[in-house]
Parts: sequence; structure tokens; C-alpha cells
Amino acid sequence: MIDVAFGLARRQITVLFKNPSLFLPPMLFPLMNFMAFAGGLSRLRHVPGFEFRSGYTAFTFVFVLLQSAMFGGVFAGFGIARDFEYGFGRRLLVSAPHRSGIIVGYAISAMARWALIAGVLTVVALAFGMRIGGNGVELFGMYGLALIANVIGLLWACGVAMRFRSVQAGPLMQTPVFLLLFLSPVYVPLALLQGWIHAVARLNPVTLLLEAGRGLIDGRPTELAGAFVVAIGLVLLFAVWARTGLARAERAG
Amino acid sequence: MRALGYQIGLIARRSLIRTARQPGTWIPPLTFPLMLMVVNSNGLRAATHLPGFPTKSFLAFFIPFSFLQGALFASGIAGTDLARDVDTGFLNRLALTPVRGAALLIGQIGGAVGLGSFQALVYLAIALLAGVHIAAGAGGALLILVLAVLVATGFGTLGLFIALKTGSGEGVQSTFPLLFFLLLISSMNLPRNLIEVGWFRVLATLNPVSYMIEAIRSLVLVGWDAQALALGFGFTLALIGISLLLAARQLRIRMART
Repeated sequence: MIDVAFGLARRQITVLFKNPSLFLPPMLFPLMNFMAFAGGLSRLRHVPGFEFRSGYTAFTFVFVLLQSAMFGGVFAGFGIARDFEYGFGRRLLVSAPHRSGIIVGYAISAMARWALIAGVLTVVALAFGMRIGGNGVELFGMYGLALIANVIGLLWACGVAMRFRSVQAGPLMQTPVFLLLFLSPVYVPLALLQGWIHAVARLNPVTLLLEAGRGLIDGRPTELAGAFVVAIGLVLLFAVWARTGLARAERAG
Repeated sequence: MRALGYQIGLIARRSLIRTARQPGTWIPPLTFPLMLMVVNSNGLRAATHLPGFPTKSFLAFFIPFSFLQGALFASGIAGTDLARDVDTGFLNRLALTPVRGAALLIGQIGGAVGLGSFQALVYLAIALLAGVHIAAGAGGALLILVLAVLVATGFGTLGLFIALKTGSGEGVQSTFPLLFFLLLISSMNLPRNLIEVGWFRVLATLNPVSYMIEAIRSLVLVGWDAQALALGFGFTLALIGISLLLAARQLRIRMART
């Protein structure tokens, strides 16, 4: 299984670096969002009740980091769908002795790609003057949480890609993730949301990840246990979703 | 002149039918701005508590964004369709017929303009149903539709230029993030005077998209603001003119090559 996983991950990463058109959009979108949010919306920190010690740049950075992680996974799902649409997936199924390694391989390549994006995003955020209140361990926790979000995004998209085996399933992969992300407290803390969006955001698991991440960067950890439990629960849930998707692809031949 | 009109009509009809026959092409551009409108108008409602914010309804403030985002999608549709025509050799075959370049360009954006008009009607209807009051009245609502269609035409023409320049659908798609970036660094989320970060305020002021947004916004929030309308219409017409010129030049080059 390890051989399959690393072999596939190596291939995916090579394909990625040889095709800038595949690599650039997942890199550019979070950067553009970060610039737009941190630059254009920083006045929101003056809204009565907005309390975040590390400033609006750090506040928005955590959202963009999580967004890049989840969408990094979804973009990797596009690659899986393309592989199956063009026949590479079938050859992979024939040649892989342990087929679960296929999912692991895609996940490793998605994590490697996101690690690069997260690095660039962090450098840009620091260049923008982002203040960090948390210590090294807390930052490690924040990036760890985002890494788990990346795996969640990948497993969700992988399950969809293997069921439909066509890049036309792209909107189905990204729309639910987009909605989950934007139905959380993106621009202001949860307490400042009003109306139905507050009720929805309270039930949204992404809110928990976001609040925990923001607490970690601010040096005031909050909701940590809940966030990690929910994140790992989602990984397990979507691992089953991806594995049953793989079984569906196997049956389709 | 009559022949030119006939040619434009034929190509525009083809473009419209082609767009209408591919739901995958027009459903996302129609629904995605709506989703963002619903989510952001609620998520950013707290901004209305900022001193100096021009309205108590963030939806009324944010509605121009939907028109602009829809227009950006129109650029992708017009460009991708033309790129496909380049790719499949349709443009080469067309070059053997008496069809004029002007007819091809104006007709090709038919699909984008048709979709832009439909989107504008839907967004405006939803805004009115959601309780948005148009300060400029019925005439203002009509002018919003006119400006929205013109903006879609402008970005659609820009899409044609990019398609003719790159000759590939991927080329057109890959410019989408750059065009979207223009939208992001505009005054879409906050009025320019409330943007706190200096460099962002400068970029938003230099960005023509800010003035297109502010023209529509002025009709919704203020009423008849001559300066905002002049700037909005001026930049939109300039976008159409410049894009048409660039596209016509590129079309001549591409025809000469083939």
C-alpha cells in the first residue's frame, strides 16, 4: 500500500509542477482573497463588539488558511476525476495491489501541494504585517488543524470524483465546500453575526475549526478539543465516503 | 449596412442558442453570484454599524457586486465559445464566407449579452423581492439594467480579445482569476472612504470596476448622482470601445495567419 501511495503521490506532484495552469489557481485564489479581506475589510475591527487581540489581518488569515486547505483538497479531487475520465484511473486500478493506497497517494500529494500554498500564504501575511499572539505549539496546532481540513476536502472530493469519474462533477465537489466555508463567521466573530446566518454558523462544523484556529493564532486557545474531535470525525466519515467511492469505481471497471 | 446587420443577427442567434443549450454554461454564472449575495449580505451585515456606512441594509449596498460578477462570467462564456470556434476551425471556415469581422465580433457577444440581460433581470427581481428599495425609482431600476448589460458587453468583448489572442479555452479560463481580482480590489465590500488600508484604497480608486459598482450603488442608495453615473457609464463604454478595438486588431492578425 505504501508503494502505491508514494508512487502515485510522486506522479501527482510531478504533473502538478509541470502544469502551472493546475498549480496556479489554487495558489492565487487564497492570496487574492487574503489581500481583499485583509486590505479591504480591516475597518470591521471597529465594529462594536469585535474583539481580536492580534488584529484583523490575523483574524482573516485563519479563514483563508482553512479555505486554501479545504479547496486544496477539492482541487486535488479535480485531478482524480480527470485521471478517471482519461483512463489513467482504470490502469491504476489494474496495477495497484492495494487499492486503498490510491486514496492515500492522492491525499499525500494534496497535502504536499497545500503545504507549499500555506507557506506562501504565511510569508505574504507576515509581509502584510500580520501579528501573531500564539506560541510555536499553538501555531503548530493551527497548521495541524488546517492540514486535517485539507484531508477532509480531499476525501470529500475523492468520493465524488470516483463516483462520477468526470471533471463535470467539479461543481458538485466545490459548491458544498464553498457553502460550508462561507456559512461560518468569515468576516466577523460569531457573536456579531445576526439572523439566520448566526443560527446556521453555530451548527456549522467549519465554525468550530475557524474559532479554534483563531484562538490559536491569538494565543487564547478556545474550542480546541471540540475542533479536533469534529475534524477527526469528519476525516473518518469522509474516509468511508472515499473508500466506498473507490469501490464504486472498481465495480464500474 | 443591411447585410452587416443580417450577419450580426445570424451570428448573435447562433451564440445565444449555443449558450442556452448548455445549462452547464449559464447555470453557475447565474446562481454563484446569488449564493455570494445571500451569504455575504448576511455575513457582512455588521459593517452597517460602522460610522459613516451609507445604509442600514447591506444587501442594498452589496447588490451591484452580483451584476459585476455575472458580467465577469459573461467574459468567460464569450471568450470560451470563440476560443472553441478557433480551436475547431469554425473561424477559418467563416473566413471563407463574406461575413465581416465586425459582424463576427458583435454577433459573438450575443450569448454573453443575452445571459447578462437575463442575470440582471433575475438579480434585480430578487433584490426587490428581498425588500431592497431603489432610491432612483423605476427609471433608476431601468438604468441599472442598462448599465448591467453594458458591463456584461464590455467584459464579454474583453473575453473575445483574450480568446483571439490566446486561441484556447484554457487561456481564457486562466485569465479569469485576474479579472476576478479586479472585482476583489474594488469598493465592492466597503465604500472607498471607509477602506482603512492605504494601498488598498489607492488600488480601489484606480480600479475602473469600483466606478461601475458605485454607479449602480448610487442608483440604489442615493438616487440620481450625475458624477457617479458619468464615471460608471464612462468607464463601461471605454471598456467596450478599447476591448472592441483590441479584439478587431487581433481578429485581423488571426485571419491573416490562417
